Amino acid sequence: MKAEDIPLIRRIIRRNKRIELLFVVAGFVALLMGVLTFVALFAQMAWAGWERITPDFFTNFPSRRAAQAGILSAWVGSLLVMLVTAISAVPLGVAAGVYLEEYAPKNLLTDIIEINVTNLAGVPSIVYGLLALGVFVYTFGFGQSILSAGLTLGLLILPVVIVATRESIRSIPLHIREAAYGLGATRWQVTRDHIVPYSLPGIMTGVIIGMSRAIGETAPIITIGALTFIAFLPDAPVGPEFPWVNFEWLKSGFTVMPIQMFNWTSRPEEAFQQNAAAAGFILVLMTLAMNAVSIWIRYHVRKDIKW
Amino acid sequence: MQENNSSGAATLVPYGPLSVSDRLAKKALRNFKERVIELLLLGAAFVSVLTTVGIIWVLVSESVNFFRNVSIWSFLTDTMWTPLFAEPRYGILPLLAGTLTTSAVALVVAIPLGTTIAIYLSEFARPSVREVVKPFLELLGGIPTIVYGYFALMVVIPMLQLLMPELSGFNMLGAGIVMGIAIIPYVSSLAEDAMRAVPMSMREGSYAMGATRLQTAFRVVFPAALSGILSAYILGISRAVGETMIVAVAAGMQPNFTVNPLEPAQTISAYIVQVALGDLPHGSIGYQSIFAAGLSLMLMTLALNLVGHVVRRRYREAY
Repeated sequence: MKAEDIPLIRRIIRRNKRIELLFVVAGFVALLMGVLTFVALFAQMAWAGWERITPDFFTNFPSRRAAQAGILSAWVGSLLVMLVTAISAVPLGVAAGVYLEEYAPKNLLTDIIEINVTNLAGVPSIVYGLLALGVFVYTFGFGQSILSAGLTLGLLILPVVIVATRESIRSIPLHIREAAYGLGATRWQVTRDHIVPYSLPGIMTGVIIGMSRAIGETAPIITIGALTFIAFLPDAPVGPEFPWVNFEWLKSGFTVMPIQMFNWTSRPEEAFQQNAAAAGFILVLMTLAMNAVSIWIRYHVRKDIKW
Repeated sequence: MQENNSSGAATLVPYGPLSVSDRLAKKALRNFKERVIELLLLGAAFVSVLTTVGIIWVLVSESVNFFRNVSIWSFLTDTMWTPLFAEPRYGILPLLAGTLTTSAVALVVAIPLGTTIAIYLSEFARPSVREVVKPFLELLGGIPTIVYGYFALMVVIPMLQLLMPELSGFNMLGAGIVMGIAIIPYVSSLAEDAMRAVPMSMREGSYAMGATRLQTAFRVVFPAALSGILSAYILGISRAVGETMIVAVAAGMQPNFTVNPLEPAQTISAYIVQVALGDLPHGSIGYQSIFAAGLSLMLMTLALNLVGHVVRRRYREAY
């Protein structure tokens, strides 16, 4: 290195540092844009919908008069649809995940199932709606009901539950299984007594994330033909008289939170936009709460497990 | 296992009081139970295959009915999509143009921002920053798309109208921008995972040659992680193509054969929503048309998945 090169080298170093600083600023700005969008979205809805968020808003049916309209049928509908979704997707997804991790032999069928799960995760949600319209609504004759909607969303989040279950099972060290097999446990005993309980926090995280997706899904539910104006509640699932539970609600027409919001958003009157803001605020709050629970499980419950 | 110890500790009864044939019967029963459980679990895993078969069956069978009435040639080449007119015309091109234009706008937003965020988080940010920001981005990805649609219509489009006063209240630009923001988390988190998987030794080699962090990020880490980054982009594209509610709310609902993002238009997915909101009788040609539209959408995402597969193979770097 010659002495006269040194100023040149210093100049190059200075320039490189400047460029690097520029990129760091750009990266920070990009992040900030994401965060600010979130804040703006949340703040705008809170601001626009604040007056409408009263106890009456939760206990009123939708109405032609914006000031009296509420989300009673929407949140009850969302709750019941989520119930069907959870009951259908969780056992199926966990069982499928357990099969693929603990049982599946290396063969063509297993490969097909695995590729399938990956591809299903990339199918647009509206296509699930078309599947449900053709199969659940017309072929099986479930109609445009809570049952159809819940099963549709169940299929939609199945890949999420399967992937979460598999990842959670994969993190259980092999020696746990070996110890149980060494004591003469059968495969099902190992699965039931060790694998599933130990992977429960991970599975829960996946299920909650999946449910928080499902609760905001609009397109597939519109596709199966959910009504946008519902001024009644489905029959209560539990009642005071024998046999205490009934399943009539499964066949009931319904609306859900995102559809109620869509309905109000697509009306031109400003008063309804206010309702849309309030409904959106509550919807985002619901998904945020679900995500917060899953993040909490991931950071706290998992830490307690020591292999 | 039933252990009978009443006769005292001195007598070892390793197999209990059961006779050999009883034990064999028990073992057979246990093995049978294990088989049944395995089959049940296999059945659960097979539901995913049935879902795919169901999707293909529904889309193809209803589309076949549709194409009995509308020739495939006019479906692919006609430039008018007017299913509700007295003389309906079914040319997919206007819907395809709407889908591609909104997706293109979304990608122009999501790819640069998503990549920058991924490089920043993977190569520059302190771990404490990353711990805070990653859950935040996950939350951004978890917001219902109908809420994004509302945001596009009520906030982003009015802001764009301040810049361009003649812009219509529904347009593909506003919808596309918000769609881009909605898919940033998908792009950034996958791209970041890919870059973080690049071994430290490659970065160390680069630093040892006197490269700065930025040079290392762009000339060493980025190329090494290219296959993962490209699949992140492809996932982003397929999200954009299938995205429904943002465009249904903010892009307008009339088919428009244009690639000008300043105009309102309809996408394939938005058309399906529009028909489903109305009351088309089961079995009518309008009902069948949404399945033909869905099939086109499905084929597009399938093609993207295949491209993703090839790209991952082609650009995979083995360390």
